[in-house]
Amino acid sequence: MPWLSILMAVPAVGAVGVALLPKGSDKLAKQVALLVSLVVLALTIAMAVQFSPNGNRFQFEEKYAWIPSFGVHYGVAVDGIALVLIALSAVLVPIVVLASWHDADGVIQARDLKSEAIPPRRSAKTYFALLLVLEAMMIGVFAATDVFLFYVFFEAMLIPMYFMIGSYGGVQRSYAAVKFLLYSLFGGLLMLVAVIALYVIAEKNTFMYPELVGVIQDPTTQKWLFAGFFIAFAVKAPLWPFHTWLPDAAAQAPAGAAVLLVGVLDKVGTYGMLRFCLELFPDASKFFTPLVIALSVIGIIYGAVVAIGQTDMKRLIAYTSISHFGFIAMGVFAMTQNAQAGATLYMVNHGFSTGALFLIAGFLIYRRGSAQIADYGGVQKIAPLLAGSFLIAGLSGLSLPGLSSFVSEFMVLNGTYERYAIPAIIGALGVILAAIYILWMYKRTMNGPTAEPVKGFTDLDGREKWVVAPLIAVIIALGFFPKPVLDVINPAVDKTLDSAQVLDKRPAPTVAEKKGAGQ
Amino acid sequence: MNGGTIEAPTIEYALLAPMLIVFGAAVIGVLVEAFAPRYLRKSIHVPLTLLALVGAFLLTILQAVRDGVPTTPAAMGAVAVDGPALFIWGIILILAFVSTLLINDDEQFVAQAAAVPGSSDEEDAVRHGYEQTEVYPLLLFSVGGMLLFPAANDLLVMFVALEVLSLPLYLLCGLARRRRLLSQEASVKYFLLGSFSSAFFLYGTALVYGYAGSIDLRAISASLGTVAGQDTLLFIGMAMIGVGLLFKIGAAPFQAWKPDVYQGAPTAVTALMASTVLVAAFGAVLRVFWVALGNLDWHWRPVMWGVAILTMVVGAILAITQTEIKRMLAYSSIAHAGFLLTGVIATGAATQNREALSAILFYLAAYGFTTVGAFAVVTMVRDAGGEAGHLSRWAGLGKRAPVLAGIFAFFLLAFAGIPLTSGFFGKYAVFSAAVAGDALPLVVVGVVTSAIAAFFYVRVIVLMFFSEPAADGPTVAVPTIGTSAVVALAAAATVVLGVFPEPVLNLADQAASALFIR
Repeated sequence: MPWLSILMAVPAVGAVGVALLPKGSDKLAKQVALLVSLVVLALTIAMAVQFSPNGNRFQFEEKYAWIPSFGVHYGVAVDGIALVLIALSAVLVPIVVLASWHDADGVIQARDLKSEAIPPRRSAKTYFALLLVLEAMMIGVFAATDVFLFYVFFEAMLIPMYFMIGSYGGVQRSYAAVKFLLYSLFGGLLMLVAVIALYVIAEKNTFMYPELVGVIQDPTTQKWLFAGFFIAFAVKAPLWPFHTWLPDAAAQAPAGAAVLLVGVLDKVGTYGMLRFCLELFPDASKFFTPLVIALSVIGIIYGAVVAIGQTDMKRLIAYTSISHFGFIAMGVFAMTQNAQAGATLYMVNHGFSTGALFLIAGFLIYRRGSAQIADYGGVQKIAPLLAGSFLIAGLSGLSLPGLSSFVSEFMVLNGTYERYAIPAIIGALGVILAAIYILWMYKRTMNGPTAEPVKGFTDLDGREKWVVAPLIAVIIALGFFPKPVLDVINPAVDKTLDSAQVLDKRPAPTVAEKKGAGQ
Repeated sequence: MNGGTIEAPTIEYALLAPMLIVFGAAVIGVLVEAFAPRYLRKSIHVPLTLLALVGAFLLTILQAVRDGVPTTPAAMGAVAVDGPALFIWGIILILAFVSTLLINDDEQFVAQAAAVPGSSDEEDAVRHGYEQTEVYPLLLFSVGGMLLFPAANDLLVMFVALEVLSLPLYLLCGLARRRRLLSQEASVKYFLLGSFSSAFFLYGTALVYGYAGSIDLRAISASLGTVAGQDTLLFIGMAMIGVGLLFKIGAAPFQAWKPDVYQGAPTAVTALMASTVLVAAFGAVLRVFWVALGNLDWHWRPVMWGVAILTMVVGAILAITQTEIKRMLAYSSIAHAGFLLTGVIATGAATQNREALSAILFYLAAYGFTTVGAFAVVTMVRDAGGEAGHLSRWAGLGKRAPVLAGIFAFFLLAFAGIPLTSGFFGKYAVFSAAVAGDALPLVVVGVVTSAIAAFFYVRVIVLMFFSEPAADGPTVAVPTIGTSAVVALAAAATVVLGVFPEPVLNLADQAASALFIR
């Protein structure tokens, strides 16, 4: 069964269906979108259970010639890394659909005289159609095994996100949308040059990435091509200093779009580094490792410090993500089994915990009409469930043991320490800073005397509970029992390191192994 | 001179049939103007023009499939009907057909060109419902010239073709019904600059003839390196011919006419110019520089590098400052000419040339359709005084006319080269040929300017979708069947070439397989 094609086709067809619904049937559009995304989730689960982690590296392969003149194939397949990221997307989309139920409805008047009125939006129907288009492309970009096909999805997925931010976002949405698009487009075009050059230099007459691994031998060529790919991914991820578009885009995007932007789209950047930079240009990757690690460490500290100073909740969460992407990139480039598996797991965990933070912040903003932290206070007494779930999501963000992010952050730091002790130590400071920005935000919004406008708040309603419950469940489950996911990730990371020609994947006995040996 | 008998030239009428049909229909059109009563003229012209273009197109296809493409030039070596020429003919004829559907719309052309704008003569003419139906034969003559231009195998025929294609266009530019002064100014500017560049071309031809002793492209190529001490003649001649041709494609520094002319001309005529003329002119550029001067590439390539870089940069950067939609599209067309030039430079071994040629052919097809579609949309967005040209008037169009604005946004994304549109594969093909042809720095410039260009395309999308509509914003005209057909066809071509480019790529590759007749 062509699982991956079906996974892409279902949301794509669903998007067309939603878009073709008659005017004014917004409610129906939401229901159809939810149904379609749940079908995708069910199909993903059905596919995932058939995946055998220790079987072939790539499974569910499909390959058809698409444009023979350019050697382009429609080639899709998944390994463990791609599978967990597709699963992340498939889980997040129905949650986002449910969470965005009212986000795209007509005019949302700011309930606070201080903030400017948000300009009216376009029909909700279009929003959900765009959401489904995006889902199809997210699955495609992770599944693509053809470099060209990957590039096509990589660029094309900007367009639905661009319209989601630009048409449904906050006051400065149009500025944020254009900034987002131009940054990403510029990075993407540099990658295009590298893609073309890769094809021309490899002389393989194909873009299938398994056939391109190990083909480019010349070190100088590798470095240039690496730079082309890496800058595109660094903009996308975003790594410091390519990050400036993210706070604007994430703060202006509607909460649901922000979740997909930070939770999934940005992962394409770190995924690309892991899959394409490391495997296609192993020597260059090693050459640039010190630089990348340095950028990552700067990003970890910088993102965290700047996050502490934010007054806008969504911007704060965006800056925390910059810090977290530093961890992920550091883990990828530390080139140890532990760090890379941790980084991959981090991509998944970050998607859930940041997704939960954005969505719950979105619920707050929907009630109050403002994203300013100062406009809140004492929510805990009025809406305990809302505050409680916000706390759990936040604690996961600061890597509290027992919640999912802890496992991955620990693995990354541990794995990095094996090879690069100093960066790992500096990076660990980010964990402390994380405690400051999360707890301080929680204190200012949820504790203290109840602010006047907050008094009218209602607690989470049924729909919102359905949004929050699965996220919290996943965060706790992966915190206590990450093994099933790690079992899928580990063999794929192992093979990635093989392709990247890393000989010592476990430079020193890790803490975990010592403990295992002692038992 | 010695009393020898003059032999009648052999003309391969069958090969030249597409051109002959177009020219024949043009002549009939003139007769219609002379003899048919005014009220009948348009109803004769329209079917005549469309049929001629369809007939010519069918004959072109017949040429291509019948028994292979000829390997020797026709008409005593004056015209080369080879693979690239046939492909270019095909594109030109389809695009001309589509543009005719646009031109066919009522009320775009002046009632009486001779009447002074704002005079009582003009009022009279409007009241009587006159219309300049000469538009149709002019169009056909121009299209005929465009067919001959890229197929010309000697410089003099090429010059004749250049004039036949240009003169009717100069006139057509001045026939807008609204903003007539702007239109007439555009016409005069185009005429003056155009004739100037034609003079350059002709002078260059004379100098090259002085060097090679022939105007035949093949003979010029053969003479390279055999004539001692006359290199100055050759180089100056080459530069002058280059100026004439680069003017026609609107490459910098010869691009100044494009925005003015595109803005002033009736939009349907702009659509014709922006698509077909570019196609024809690139055919001619390729023929001159690859066939006649191919072995001189060592000398012209550095200059072309400069021209290509300048064209891309000027097109992309000046477009940002534009506030008029047609001027913006004009600068965008300049930038695209620059992208295409990177393909012209990417010469090398035969396989490399073939790849570059097929890339350029594909790009021309993709760009031509999108351009016609974009200008067709421009004709539909109207103010009280005609088309709503100023960009600020387009604010909020996405709310008033979501479908139209959506299609226009799609065209803009294709211009910007976003994947899953035809523009992406065009750009990809040309850039990848250029990388293979050792022009990587040029591609980097191309990519950077693409990113700059994306900014102003995106700006229009922002205006249409993310801005509030003005209270007295423009209306969207209910399109005629012709216009909606054009928009639909252009959109379909942009999608299909963006998702399944293979058939057309193959066709372009076949057309390019034997390269130009030498």
